[in-house]
Amino acid sequence: MTTEIRPPQQPGEPQSAAAPSGPAPGRGVHSPGRAAIAARHLRTDRWWASPALTGFGLLAFIGYSTWRAFFGLHTAYAAPYVSPFYSPCLAANCPAMKSGADWALFGSWWQLSPALIVLIFPLGFRLTCYYYRKAYYRAFWSSPPACAVAEPHASYSGETRFPLILQNIHRYFFYFAIVVAGILTYDAVLAWRNPAGQWGHAGVGTLVLLANIVLIWAYTLSCHSCRHIVGGRLRHFSKHPVRYRMWNLVGKLNARHMQLAWASLISVGVADLYVYLLASGAFTDPRIF
Amino acid sequence: MSYQANFRVWRGDSSGGSLEPYQVEVNEGEVVLDIVHRLQATQAPDLAVRWNCKAGKCGSCSAEVNGRPRLLCMTRMSTLPADEPVTITPMRTFPVLRDLVTDVSFNYTKAREVPSFVPPPDLKPGQYRMQQEDVNRSQEFRKCIECFLCQNTCHVVRDHEENKPAFSGPRFLMRVAELDMHPLDAAAEGGLDRKRSAQEEHGLGMCNITKCCTEVCPEHIKITDNALIPLKERAVDRKYDPLVWLGSVIRRRK
Ligand code: SF4
Ligand code: SF4
Ligand code: FES
Ligand code: FES
Repeated sequence: MTTEIRPPQQPGEPQSAAAPSGPAPGRGVHSPGRAAIAARHLRTDRWWASPALTGFGLLAFIGYSTWRAFFGLHTAYAAPYVSPFYSPCLAANCPAMKSGADWALFGSWWQLSPALIVLIFPLGFRLTCYYYRKAYYRAFWSSPPACAVAEPHASYSGETRFPLILQNIHRYFFYFAIVVAGILTYDAVLAWRNPAGQWGHAGVGTLVLLANIVLIWAYTLSCHSCRHIVGGRLRHFSKHPVRYRMWNLVGKLNARHMQLAWASLISVGVADLYVYLLASGAFTDPRIF
Repeated sequence: MSYQANFRVWRGDSSGGSLEPYQVEVNEGEVVLDIVHRLQATQAPDLAVRWNCKAGKCGSCSAEVNGRPRLLCMTRMSTLPADEPVTITPMRTFPVLRDLVTDVSFNYTKAREVPSFVPPPDLKPGQYRMQQEDVNRSQEFRKCIECFLCQNTCHVVRDHEENKPAFSGPRFLMRVAELDMHPLDAAAEGGLDRKRSAQEEHGLGMCNITKCCTEVCPEHIKITDNALIPLKERAVDRKYDPLVWLGSVIRRRK
């Protein structure tokens, strides 16, 4: 089943009209000089499945959290649990939380949902996260849609210009994320009470908040900036044994950064949904002790 | 167990070419390079392919199989669907010479642009002493076999020919990272800031950490996680840290 084989072309010889040629030279994989192949890519596997799934997951979370952030104020607290979207609550219009993170720093002029004040920080943290960047560049921006699948853009400057050069501020969001995780830890401690405020009790909601805070910490500490700050920036690990150990530990978590990003995103949503269902009276929190 | 498989192999040169159909016998345990050799032996004696070790160690046989950048000698036929034709093309980022052979000199140019290791002034060769934990990181990068599959897959140059002058590619940004992490490199003492030049001369900012280099590396080097992102963080230390920036402004005032 051999097809005819053409004699190799001599350099400098004018291109013979008989030679089967590809499409007119263009950009990217169709640039002059590269192998003339008309297809943008030749992948036969389901390369589109992963960006499609990622995009769907991110959109679902964005939709849910937008709805909850704008309209969830009256279902944000179900004693003793507070939704992670509404903690800390920095405006005066918060639901009464028994010794919760409720500091009306913004005073009463703030009439919008108090969630909008604090959500900037986790939002910025995740938006500039190295993993989420990969996820949305691929899923929403097709840059690239998948490996060795040509992207549709005519030009590309990566993260060298405004606005994407701002991705470099990720580490400052990381510092804020530590504070946020600290406050959510406090909330998870407050969950070891019964609705009347007595300590030493737990319900299913306690476990939900506990699982959430463990995943939030694991995600936050597995951050690439964290890995750099605790030890990655060093040249001589041998001179800093403690930081070297911390760097190794963070590195182990960091290898799972993608999984932790999704697990903690889901757990935040579930924790909020759980509080919403309790506060709206869909069911009562099953008490354990 | 052997069977007849259908192949489409790109034949041509820089002036044009096309995917040519072939039917070739495939035996148990064979890799794509075996099939290409059988093709040469039986049907297409002038088919050009570059190879050397057939053991995944020389980095010569890089090409694309069913659209995925791979080493021909490390791609088992058993991993490909037997009932569909297998498409073999040269790497699609570099100029093609003939058939499956491309001109990879882009990579040699980029390699030369990375300033080499600067020996510490106070030590003679033979006096270098390094701790294992200080060189672990660079040892991972040293597994590189220079197959240039990562360079070929990176969309920064694959999809944008015009970026080639400004971007060194994952392989050589990793080289910059390796030298910047090297416990004895004295570049900084000589006034060469590798963190800064990674960004200003080798195009680190163009990488958007989408990890395709890591996905295709046959040595399973975590290029993005262990070289590119740490290098980006090091560049942030230099260029985007407001405290550092403030410090430099104050110093300039004095
Ligand atoms: S992670 Fe960066 S260097 Fe690697 S393929 Fe993607 S853009 Fe290119
Ligand atoms: S880093 Fe990996 S993919 Fe890139 S040239 Fe080296 S071995 Fe090949
Ligand atoms: S949180 Fe993902 S890299 Fe920092
Ligand atoms: S022939 Fe050496 S790597 Fe394939």
